[in-house]
Order: sequence, then C-alpha cells, then structure tokens
Amino acid sequence: MSVATGEKPVLSVRSLCKNFGALAVTQSVSLDLYPGARLGLIGPNGAGKTTLVNLLTGMLAPNSGDISLNGESINGIRPEQRVKKGLVRTHQINTLLMEHTMRDNVAIAVAERRGFAWRTLRYGPQWRACLEEAHTYLSGLGVAAAGDRRVSELPYGQQRLLEIAIALSLKPKVLLLDEPGAGIPSTDSHIIDEALEKLPAEIAILLIEHDMDLVFRFARDITVMVQGAVLISGTPAEIAKNPEVRAVYLGRSQQV
Amino acid sequence: MSDQTATKPALDFTPPRSGLAALQLRDAWHLLPWGIAIAFYFYADGFHSFGTNVLIMVLFTLSLDLALGYAGIITLGHAAFFGIGAYTAGVVAVHMTTDPIAGLILATILAGILGVLTGMLILHTQGVAMFMLTLAIASMFYEVANQWRSVTGGDDGLTVPRSAPLLAYFGFAGFRFDFRGMTGYLYTLSVVFVWFVIAWRIVKSPFGRSLDGIRQNPRRMRAIGTPVWWRLVAMYGISAAMAGTAGGLQAQATRLVGLTSLELQLSGIVAVMLVLGGERRLYGAFLGAVFFMAVQDWAAAVNPVYWMFVIGGLLMAVVLFLEGGLMGLLDKIFGMFAGKRVENAQPSSNEVKAGEVKTGDAK
Amino acid sequence: MLLFTILLDGIAYGMVLFLISVGLTVTMGLMRVVNLAHGSFAMLGGYLSSVMIRHYGVPFIWSTLGAAIVCGLIGGLAELTIYRPLYRKGDLAQVLLTFGMIFVSIAAMTLLFGPTPVAESMPKWLEGQIDLGFRTYPSYRLFLIGVGTLLAIVLYFIIERSLFGARLRAAVDDPGMARALGINVNLLFTLTFIGGCALAGFGGAIGAGILPIEPFYALKYLVLFLVVVVIGGLGSFRGSLAAALSVGILDTAGKYLVPQLGSFLLWFIVFGLLLWRPNGLLPPKSAT
Repeated sequence: MSVATGEKPVLSVRSLCKNFGALAVTQSVSLDLYPGARLGLIGPNGAGKTTLVNLLTGMLAPNSGDISLNGESINGIRPEQRVKKGLVRTHQINTLLMEHTMRDNVAIAVAERRGFAWRTLRYGPQWRACLEEAHTYLSGLGVAAAGDRRVSELPYGQQRLLEIAIALSLKPKVLLLDEPGAGIPSTDSHIIDEALEKLPAEIAILLIEHDMDLVFRFARDITVMVQGAVLISGTPAEIAKNPEVRAVYLGRSQQV
Repeated sequence: MSDQTATKPALDFTPPRSGLAALQLRDAWHLLPWGIAIAFYFYADGFHSFGTNVLIMVLFTLSLDLALGYAGIITLGHAAFFGIGAYTAGVVAVHMTTDPIAGLILATILAGILGVLTGMLILHTQGVAMFMLTLAIASMFYEVANQWRSVTGGDDGLTVPRSAPLLAYFGFAGFRFDFRGMTGYLYTLSVVFVWFVIAWRIVKSPFGRSLDGIRQNPRRMRAIGTPVWWRLVAMYGISAAMAGTAGGLQAQATRLVGLTSLELQLSGIVAVMLVLGGERRLYGAFLGAVFFMAVQDWAAAVNPVYWMFVIGGLLMAVVLFLEGGLMGLLDKIFGMFAGKRVENAQPSSNEVKAGEVKTGDAK
Repeated sequence: MLLFTILLDGIAYGMVLFLISVGLTVTMGLMRVVNLAHGSFAMLGGYLSSVMIRHYGVPFIWSTLGAAIVCGLIGGLAELTIYRPLYRKGDLAQVLLTFGMIFVSIAAMTLLFGPTPVAESMPKWLEGQIDLGFRTYPSYRLFLIGVGTLLAIVLYFIIERSLFGARLRAAVDDPGMARALGINVNLLFTLTFIGGCALAGFGGAIGAGILPIEPFYALKYLVLFLVVVVIGGLGSFRGSLAAALSVGILDTAGKYLVPQLGSFLLWFIVFGLLLWRPNGLLPPKSAT
C-alpha cells in the first residue's frame, strides 16, 4: 500500500451531479483522494456533504459524472460491493448492532470481509480467527476491555470508537468518516482525536465534520462545499485565510 | 474513563471454542429437554401420536424462529411451506414410493426451493408490504391445493398410505411403523434432533450472526459489505425447507393431508407457539409448542370454543405482559437466584466463554 | 350482458369492501398500527344489526346505523385500552396482538350466536329485482352501490375538504410535525378510530348479503380487507376506493370467467401489484 504514495489517486470523482427534482444538490463535484490523504470536507448545513457521501457509497445514484476507485469506475456498483473493493464509511448516527457484544460487532464485519459470512455448519476455526482479529482492532483503539459487553450498555464515546473499529476491520483503502465526533460531549472529544491519530497512515481519509477545530487539527487538505458545489480546496492555512471562505462559511459557522 | 482503558495493556484473549469441543458440565441442561422426549417414549403409553404431533409443531415453530425470530422476516404465511411439505410427502407416498425418508427429503427440498423462489421475490420489500406478500403467497398456495383436486383431493383431503418400514435398505427389514405410533415417535424425534442441531449451528455461525445483524440494522450490515437480500433469501429457504420437513412428517404421521395444513390459521398458531415460547431461543420452540399443544388438548376436550379464547387470550397476554415468552420468564426466575453473581462478575479471559455462550442463549 | 353483470356485481362487492376497509386504511396510515382485528368490528356490526332486526323489530336502515354507533363506541374503547400501548411496539407485536383479538372475537361470537352463519334478514323492499329498462338487476346490490357512492362522496368532503380532514392528512403525512403544530394527535387518533370502526360496523351490517356474517368472518376476509388497504396505499382514501372497486371487480370476474381457478387469479394479481408497487397504487405523500 505504502508503495503507492503520490502518483495515482485511489478515489477519483469527476463532475458528479445529482438533482432531486429541480433542486441540484450536487453540482459538478470533482475531487481526488491519494493514498494516505487526510482531506477534510466542510461546508454549511445543506451544502450537500451527506448527499456526496451517499453518492460515493452508492446509496444514491448520480445523474451524471463518474466515480472511480483504484482507476476502476464503480458507477452502478452496489453499495456492499463497493465496501468489498475498499470504500468504507462510518455513520453519523449509530447503526451498531445494539444487542451484540462489542467484539461480535467487529467480528461480524471481519467475517464479512474474509468471506466467512456464508459459513453455516462448519465455522469454528474461522469464527475464532475473526474474534481474534476483532480483538486486535479493539485493542488498537484501546477499548478491548469492554469487548464482552453489549453495545447497548456502553457509553456513547465507546460506541463511536466501535464504529471506527468496525470500519478499520474492513481494511479500507478509502475511509469516509461522517462526523465521527457527532454527539460526543466536548469534554470527551479527545477520544476521537486520539482514535483519528491512530488510523493507519496509508488509508485515504475523507473527513466530513462540523467541528472546525477537529477538521483543522486533523486534515492536511480541506475542501469547502457550498450549495452542492466545491467552492475551494487548499491547505488548512490557505482555507483559514481565504476571504471567500470567511464570508461564506466561517461567518455563518458562528450560528451552526 | 476511556483514558484508563486506553492505557491499560490489552487483555489476553483466547476466543472460545465452538461445537462439541466447547461443551462443558454447565451445558448439561441440554440433556433435559431431550431426556424428557426420550423418557416420553418409554413411559407415555398411548400418547405417542400426541407426542409425535407435538414434535412436529416443535419443528415447525423452530423453522419460524429462524425466519421470523433471527432474520426478522415478519411472515404470516409460513403454513404455505408446511402445507407444501405435507402435500409433497403425501403425493410421493401415493404415487411414487412409501419409503418415509425419500418422501421427507423430497418434501424438504421442494419446500426449500419454493422458499428460495418466493423469498427472492418478496424479500426486496419491507414492512407491511412484505407481510402482505407472505399472506398473498399462502393464499395462492391454498387456492392451488383447493382447486387442483386430481392431485390434492381438494377439500376432501389426500389420504396417505402407511409408510414402508424405516431404513429398509440393502436387505435390512427395517423398523415397521406400528399402530401405536411408537416407531413414528422415534422417527420424528430423530428428524427433529437433526434439524435442531443444524439450526443450533446456523444461529451460532457467522451466517446466523449476520442475519441477526440484518434484523437489528440492515443499514449497518450493508455498510460492512453484506449482501443483505441474498442472505435473507438463504435463511428464508432454510426455514422453508425445515417447515416442509415438518409438513412431510405430519402427512406421514396422520396419514391425511388437508387444506388446514395451508390455512392462515396454522400460520397464526405457529406464531403463537413461537412468541409463547420466546423468540431467538431455539428451545423456546419446544416450550411454546408443548405448552400450546397441551392447553389445546385440554381446552378442546372441554369445549372447542374455549380453545379459541385460550389461543387468542394467550397471544394477547404474551404480547402485552410477557415479552420474551416462557423462556424469558424462566430467565427471570433463574435470574433471581443467579443474576447478582453474573452481573457483578468482571469479564476475565476465563469467563469470555461464559459471556459468549450467553450472547447466543440469553438474548 | 355478462360483462355488465360482472361490473355491477363487482362494484357492489367493492363498495362493501370499501366501507369496511376505509377505516382501516386511515387508522393504519395514521397510527402506523398493523390492525388485523378490524374485520372483527365489521362482524360485530353484522351480528348487532341482525339481532336488532330479529329480536327487536328495528327497521333495516336503523339497525345498520345502530350497529355503526355501537361499533364506533366499542372501537373507541378498544383504542384507549388495547391499541394505545401498541403504538410504541414493533410490527410483530402489533400483528400478534391483533391476530389474538381475532381469535377472541371468533370464540365470543360462537358462544353468543352459535357457529353457523346468520341467515340474511333483508327487508322486503330490497329482496326483489329492479327493471333497468334493458334488463333487471337485484335491488339489494343497486342499493349497496348507491349507499357506497353516497358515503364515498361524504367521506371525500370530510377527509379532503374539511378542517378535520386537513388535520387528519397532516397527521398521516407527518405525525411529529402535526404534534408540533399543536394538533391534538391523541384525540385525533381516538376520533378516527371511532369513525373507522363505525364504518366497518356499518359496512359489515349492510354488506351481510355479500359477505355472510359468521364467527370466522374476521379471519376469513382478513386478507381481503388488508389487500384493499395495502394495494390502495396506507392512509390513502382515494387509493382504498380504487383498490376496493378493483378487487371487487377482479374477484367477481375471476369467479365468473375462470371458476376453476377460484380466487387464485385475485391473489396472483395482488402479488404482482405488491411487488410492482410496494407502497400501493395511490400512496399518500409520506410513503413515497
């Protein structure tokens, strides 16, 4: 993975458009994600960030434009197959399996990635391997001690970490983090910061986030979206200085 | 809080073993239901055909537990597969062979195939639409059986010849099906046991766990790359096959297949048995079916009308007051004695297995 | 001539289905409750009306209205006591509990009125045939078509034109928003339930000549009522009218033209329709 630094983008989006009736929610968006990228995607409410995520993951079909993963077009490929190809997302709100234990949540994902999930009658060694692997992801994020607890019993911060652990267990090439810090009280926000720092360097990450501080700490590049279109891209320093961004976005973010 | 967990060294973790290797003394309670079933054979003179019917309902309920309990497919048309199995076994016995196992296998396969085919059509939909589709399918099957008199006998029903001796292969004389139904009881019990082991393995398997996940949150499962539809179709097919076996057993045991085996009422009754026993518990199917059949037997003897009151009332009471059914009630009772100890115990590497068994059993 | 018979018979049948199901579609759309026991209210209406006619000599029309009122009151009571705790529970709990209610109603009616169907008790003026000029047609069926049309128009004005209807539709489309707008949703639920059950009771009473009243009524016609609701689209008034008439005509046509298939044709078409349009033919805004 780390060999491929630089040259070819792992995720490439070209002139992506999506309309809901007369409303253009995504207007000719293009962006490239290189291996190891840390791209922050920001924009005021209604800028079309969530729609973009849904287009990338295949939950929505674009009206026009092209998305390619590792140089291969993935238009028209079903969401679950995109996951298999290494395009993984986390969710803004919890979609965890609340009745399962933390470790089972990850192990189910591992089984899915390794292709064991169709195993019905003979599965002992495979499932044990999945549990072991799940344990390593949980310890990587420092939550292995709670591995046997049901997700519904866990504090919210740990549930957010579990969401990330599951995404990592799918061995993504591209990881879309959709507001990983949403709903966490500010006193605990360091939990997410620490988790993000530990993410493997070679994964290309697109971070969609409302919390400006988090984005500016984490991202090496930032893309600003306004009304479904890309306003500007640049380094955090450039973005912070840009008068247009200040006018359109930072000015309004006080109210957000 | 999380700082402390983060700095703690990672626990040693040995994943629990599964299958026979995982059996311990504390799993000995599994012997209880099967022990009772075997004891019934020796001591319940004159009740063997009743016992056989109960076992058949156990198997049918178990099949619904897989589809409805674990996979979350809300269906009120499961009698369709039971009826298909019953008619297949009946028709095979009339026209092809009276070998019981051949009839049963064909009943299972045909019901399974129809389960997969109808599942492929309806499992794209959700909620009320899917529920209605299961009803529509059951109604279609019912009409076919009702109108196709040359094969099914219509509303007169289909009389099934007595099965040939069991396992009469390679010159072996086999076991004859006696009039008291003792051989039939053991035969049914063996089939139920085989399916139970399969069901047990399935719900503990990665496949079963992924379906449990789909029931809880299909979105999450899609996000980890699960082909949700295919997986549901597979489980629905397995469940339909199991229901087909139950129907086939009934055709062979009662030697009469009627339209009642396809009726909406039967789909309702099996749902009652499931929620009464407790969903997602496997043994809930045993408790629910045994309890229901016993009550039915008693109430119908007093007055058939009371029986309707009893099932209706039971169903309402379970939904309103007894979530988790009888198995849930047992949990609470045992929980009063053992609960405190388990709750306070910290998970350690030794108790991982205990916790693992719990997630499967005590949901 | 056969087509004409099929059409009229089908419409008369469809009108009965409409009267019984329209209450169900509104309550299922509004409260998101899968209510399988709705047919029990229709059955109750049929029994009440026949008791009033036979034992107390109440005229037919008044007996059906009386049955409607009693069914409405009992329905309101049931909403407050049995259905309300169900709103928070899942689909499965709702399906099972209301299915249990069907069994209880079967047992209750068998105990009270015996297991056999109730003999029709039509007044004299509905027994004969009416001369339509080119042929004669049973007056009972024409009466059903007339009453059904009349009630459909009245319901149209109540649901689509009145303030009550506007609130009702708002609550169907978005219960949360309706609550935020200060609509008393709980009261709305109860009133709607009363109305729906009253209509079911009326439909059961007036339609007894087509759907005979017997203890197993609620179970026997359960799927038929649900089909009207689901094909029409949950909560859609116009949808349920269209679906009821289509189901009535289709089932009648099937039984006249290909009797050897029985109801198979109907179920087959229903099956196809549901696959094609899972939200029904004319779903309200919220479902699309």
